[in-house]
Amino acid sequence: MLNANQREIQLHGINASSGICIGKAYLVGREGVDVVDKYFISQEHLKKEIKRFKKAVKKSKDELLSVIEQTPKKIRPHASILEIQMALFKDKRLYAKTIKTIEKELVNAEWAFKKVVSNVKAMFNNMTDSYLQGRAADIIHVSDSIMQNLVGAKTESIAAIDKRVILVATDLSPAETSQIQLEQVKGFVTDRGGKTSHTGIIARTLEIPAVLGLENATRVIKNDDIIIVDGTAGIVIVNPTDQTLIQFEERKDRYEAYKAGIARDSHLPAETTDGVFFQIMGNIELSEEVVSVIDYGGDGIGLYRTEFQYFNRPDFPSEHELFDKYKDVVEVMTPRPVTIRTLDISGDKAVSYASDSYETNPALGLRGIRYCLKKPDIFNTQLRAILRASAFGNVRVLFPMISCLDEVHHAKRMLNEAADSLDKEGVIFNDNIEVGIMIEVPSAAILADVMAKEVDFFSIGTNDLIQYTLAVDRGNAQVAHLYQPLHPAVIRMIKHIADVAGDHDVKISMCGEMSGDPVNMPILLGLGINRFSTNPQSIPTTKSIIRMLNVEDAELFINEVLKETTETGVMELVLSTYGSILFEIGYTE
Amino acid sequence: MAKNNSDSGISRDVTITNALGLHARSASKIAKLCKKAKSKVCIIKDGNKADASSIIDILTLACAQGSKITLKIDDQSDLEILNDLVQLVESNFGE
Repeated sequence: MLNANQREIQLHGINASSGICIGKAYLVGREGVDVVDKYFISQEHLKKEIKRFKKAVKKSKDELLSVIEQTPKKIRPHASILEIQMALFKDKRLYAKTIKTIEKELVNAEWAFKKVVSNVKAMFNNMTDSYLQGRAADIIHVSDSIMQNLVGAKTESIAAIDKRVILVATDLSPAETSQIQLEQVKGFVTDRGGKTSHTGIIARTLEIPAVLGLENATRVIKNDDIIIVDGTAGIVIVNPTDQTLIQFEERKDRYEAYKAGIARDSHLPAETTDGVFFQIMGNIELSEEVVSVIDYGGDGIGLYRTEFQYFNRPDFPSEHELFDKYKDVVEVMTPRPVTIRTLDISGDKAVSYASDSYETNPALGLRGIRYCLKKPDIFNTQLRAILRASAFGNVRVLFPMISCLDEVHHAKRMLNEAADSLDKEGVIFNDNIEVGIMIEVPSAAILADVMAKEVDFFSIGTNDLIQYTLAVDRGNAQVAHLYQPLHPAVIRMIKHIADVAGDHDVKISMCGEMSGDPVNMPILLGLGINRFSTNPQSIPTTKSIIRMLNVEDAELFINEVLKETTETGVMELVLSTYGSILFEIGYTE
Repeated sequence: MAKNNSDSGISRDVTITNALGLHARSASKIAKLCKKAKSKVCIIKDGNKADASSIIDILTLACAQGSKITLKIDDQSDLEILNDLVQLVESNFGE
C-alpha cells in the first residue's frame, strides 16, 4: 500500500520545452504578500509611516535596476519591459495616491498601498484591449515587489538560489525569469502560461524542460518535494515511487545521450535506411527564430505563422513592416523554401482591435481565411508584402482554415489582384509563387481531390484537423483524453489526403504537433507524407527517427494499422512493431 | 490646430499618429515632460480626463493610432510644456 502522504501524483500540463529533469521543487510563491493587516496609525507616526513606504519603493526600484544591469545578454531583448516597469514605481496613481491614502485615512502603508493597487488593477482588468491587460501584469509585478519590501517578507530571490532546483510558480514575471541563474535551474513548472508565454520562450531558448499551465501545481507541490518534469510529454510527477524514479532516470539518460548524438547529425539529410530522402522543416512565429531552424538543421520553413506581428499593438501593421520581417526570414533561408501562412487569427489568439464582436464559439467562428476574405484591405496588405518578399528567395504562400472551394478561388483571385497591382507599380516579385492550402477542416480533407486541382501544395495542420474531426477541445481537461492523433478516423483521413496528393502530383507536408512526435512517424511515413514541419527544437529528433525507419516496411505496416479499429489498438501495434526504435530515442509511453 | 482659452485653461487638440498609439513607452515620455509642470496637465479623450503625469492614467485612455486628444494646462506658465507635448505627439514620439 502507498503511504497517503507520499502518494505519487501525476499532473498534466502544456509541454512547453522538451527534456526531462528530476529534482527538488522550489516554490516561488507570493504567500505572505496577499494577507495584509490593517491598523491605524497616530498623527505623530504619520511621517514615519510614509517614510517606510518611500523606502520600500526605493528598495524595489534599486532591485529592479540591478536586475536590468545583470540581465544576461542572451535574453536582454526581453528586458525592455523592465524599463517600463521602472517608470511605474513613481507613478502618481500608485505612489502619490498611496501617500495620500495614508495621510487621509491614517492607515498603515501596506493597507493603503493594497487599496490603491487593487483600484488600479480593477481599472485595467475591465479593459478589453489585450495590450492594456498586459500592462496590468506589469503593474502587478511592480506592486508585488513593493509590497514584499514593505511587509519585509523574506524575498525569495531567484537570484539567490544556491542549489539546483526545479522552479514551481504560479507564473514567472519577465523580471523573475531574467534573474534566473541558469546553472541553478533544472526545469520550470507553472500554473499559468502556455507555449508562447514568456517562461515558455525562455525555457526553449535555454533548452530547459518546462511544463506550464498546470493550474494547480503550486497547490499540489510543496517545497522540497521530489518532482519529475517531463517537458516532452507535458507531465509532472510529484513524490514518485522508486520504480517511477528509476524509469525516468533511465529515460532521462537515454534522452540526453540521444540529444548529444543527434545534435552532431542534425545537419545531415534525413534519409531512411532504404535511401529515401525526407524534407524536415521548421515552424516559426518570430522572424528571429529562423536562426534556430538553421542551427537545428532545418531544410526550410514549413510554416511561418504571421500572427505575432499583429499582436500587442493598437492597429494593423503596414505593408512595409510586414515585408521587412518576411524579407529577413527569406534572405536568411534562401535557397530553402519559406512557407508564409496568411493571417490566422483564431479564438485563443484574439487581437482585440481586430475582433468586431464577441463570438460564443470562436473555433468555429470568423478565423483564418474567413477573416481575411471579410477584410480585403488587411488581406491585400499582407499578400502584397508576401509577394514582394518572394523576390528575395523561395517563398510559398499558404491559406489557412479553408473549408470550401469558393474560399480557394476567392483567395487566389485576391493574390492575383495583389500581383497585378505590384506589376503595374513596377515592383518585382515571383509571379510563379507556389500556392498552398492548409488541410485542417474535415470538409477540405474530404474534398481534397477537388482542392488538388487548384493548388501546388497541401499542408496538413494536425492540431485543428484532429480537433474538428474528433470534436474535441484538448484544452478542456474533461475531454482532453479523447484528443487522439492516432484515432483510426484521423489515420484514414490523412490517408485520403495523402493518396489524393499523390494522384494529383500535389506536394504534401504536415505541420502541427503530430509530426513532432516520434511515435507517429512510422505511420506517417507509411501513409506517404514526405515533408514535415515541426518546432525547430524537434528537427534533429525527427531527422534521426527517419534515419532509423524504412519506407518499404512502413508501407506494409500501414496495411496492418488500417485494420485496427481503436486508438489503443493502433498504439499497441506501433509499440510492438517499433518499440525498440522508440525506446532508443528515449520514448516511453 | 484648434486653440481655445475656455474653462480658464489652455488646450490644444492633437491626433495620435504614431503606430503604437499611447502605449507604455510613449506614455512614459509624456509623463516625464509633465513632471516639470507647475500645475496640472491633463489629456482628454472622448470626454475622459487623465492626469498627464501618470503613465497609468494615460494608459487607461486607450489611445490607439488615429485617436484625437486634447492636451490641457491649467497654468499659463506651463505653456512651454504644452508646446513640447504637442511637438512630442507630432514627432511620433521619435519612434
